[in-house]
Amino acid sequence: MATATHTGMVRSHNEDSVNVEADIGLAVLADGMGGYNAGEVASGIATALITDETKQAMMRLDLRKPDGANGETAPCALLHDVVAKANESIYRAANSQPQYAGMGTTLVVGLFYDNKVAVAHIGDSRCYRLRDNKLEQITRDHSLLQEQIDSGLLTKEAARRSQNKNLVTRALGIEVSAAPEVHVHDVRSGDLYLMCSDGLNDMVEDEDIELAVSSLSSNLPLAASQLVQMANDAGGRDNVSVVLIKIKKDFPATDGWVSKVRSWFI
Amino acid sequence: MAKLILSLDDRVIKDFEISKERMTIGRKPHNDIQIDNLAVSGEHAMIMTILNDSFLEDLGSTNGTMVNGKAVKKHFLQPDDVVEIGKYKLRYVNEKAGKVSQEEFEKTMVLRAPANPAPAAPRPAATNTQTDIRGGRPTDTQAGFQTSTVSGAGAAQSASGQAAPAAKGAADLVNTQTNAGNAQPNAANAPQSPGKKAAEVQMQSGAESGGTIQILSGPNAGRELPLSKPLTTLGKPGMQVAVIARRPQGYFITHVEGTNFPVVNGKSLDAQAQKLKDHDIIELAGVKMEFFLKG
Repeated sequence: MATATHTGMVRSHNEDSVNVEADIGLAVLADGMGGYNAGEVASGIATALITDETKQAMMRLDLRKPDGANGETAPCALLHDVVAKANESIYRAANSQPQYAGMGTTLVVGLFYDNKVAVAHIGDSRCYRLRDNKLEQITRDHSLLQEQIDSGLLTKEAARRSQNKNLVTRALGIEVSAAPEVHVHDVRSGDLYLMCSDGLNDMVEDEDIELAVSSLSSNLPLAASQLVQMANDAGGRDNVSVVLIKIKKDFPATDGWVSKVRSWFI
Repeated sequence: MAKLILSLDDRVIKDFEISKERMTIGRKPHNDIQIDNLAVSGEHAMIMTILNDSFLEDLGSTNGTMVNGKAVKKHFLQPDDVVEIGKYKLRYVNEKAGKVSQEEFEKTMVLRAPANPAPAAPRPAATNTQTDIRGGRPTDTQAGFQTSTVSGAGAAQSASGQAAPAAKGAADLVNTQTNAGNAQPNAANAPQSPGKKAAEVQMQSGAESGGTIQILSGPNAGRELPLSKPLTTLGKPGMQVAVIARRPQGYFITHVEGTNFPVVNGKSLDAQAQKLKDHDIIELAGVKMEFFLKG
């Protein structure tokens, strides 16, 4: 695992927040928004709370078993649960303290378990997967542009020229409840996962992101800093954060697997 | 505010501000932009605007609509596009694009549904769309995507219908960034945007001056490798790999993997990137090569 985050070339604050816990196979990235430093506060609450809550929940849960109540697998339920808690906490802070009014954050969370990854996201922070040197976006932005692309109004290329880039349709902490989108993907040995804030993908074409992660996959910290550098070279108008996770080998669930997870990630 | 400047034979006739989400262009008087000329259809074309983006659509006119010399049915307007209808020209000017403080402009914002939709007064379909945008429960996503694809089929024609909820969203837009609170004044931002342009230009000229690697030893001696991509890796995976990054400031070499670091002009690199100068000699995985700038 490797992470990099940078304020960018234009902004004075870094409102992004990143946390990875190799021990439990968790990566969290949040891109905050809101006046003064409230953006940092929102994204900070999100990453800290989700990490803590997930850690605690992992002690109690067997991630392989489906959760009988609603047929969801335990990790999905867990992610819904921790995201809901983070939302509540940010929402409450935003509504009780005037300096935090209106703060919110986008979010992407990856939880690796039993040769799978559950990815939850809200807003326009993304998760990509590099497999066989092909980069694929495995989250779908909750943004006005994505809506327009879906409806056929805009092509992906045209969307890059849009003036409406910064409008998300969902975020954490803005309303009483927030719905993350959660999907489970199979994980293969050799896969590389990239989570990033929009500061990367707004500035750097997917093609160039693919080139960077595929050619530098043997050196994740370098790949991460290269991505940040590319975003900054292109103007760096926003904070940019990346998390890279490379799958060294299979990690089937076994008893006491938590203790072993660490060795499976770089 | 974006506007259209109507002209005939390079003589400006009138400016039209794009002030509403749907503006029509045609010969008949009810059009927002009336062009009273027989080459122009009664309802010739329309401009649909969603927040800061405007789209031009030909409404099945007899003589067609051109943008920058090409006939279009539908077109995403870019600053300084010239729309031609008959002998008339309409230049699209969007001052917001680029000029107005990007700082304020690019902050992520949330489009939210009306805060307190009166439950007693159900809104027209437009509101439903709005709710859909936000409301989708996670478990619904699959279905949600399908729905949006289905509605997408009709969306091309009913694009104006789409504009309505989006524009409504604009009204309800919550700018979660307090501009005044920004420690970075917009003035500081101003030099940055031309800076970006300069960077792009440099990037291009960098590409023109074409950094190239020529292999000097080994079986591939004499071969040239143009550094045309943003990143080029050199070496043998698993043994020793270095990467050359093409940046606005020039070409930089960095060690990627292997116990040995690349040697440039007889000096071993450290973990830092090093800028390459014309005619630098690189040694990597036992192969010598020269970096030079072409043209």
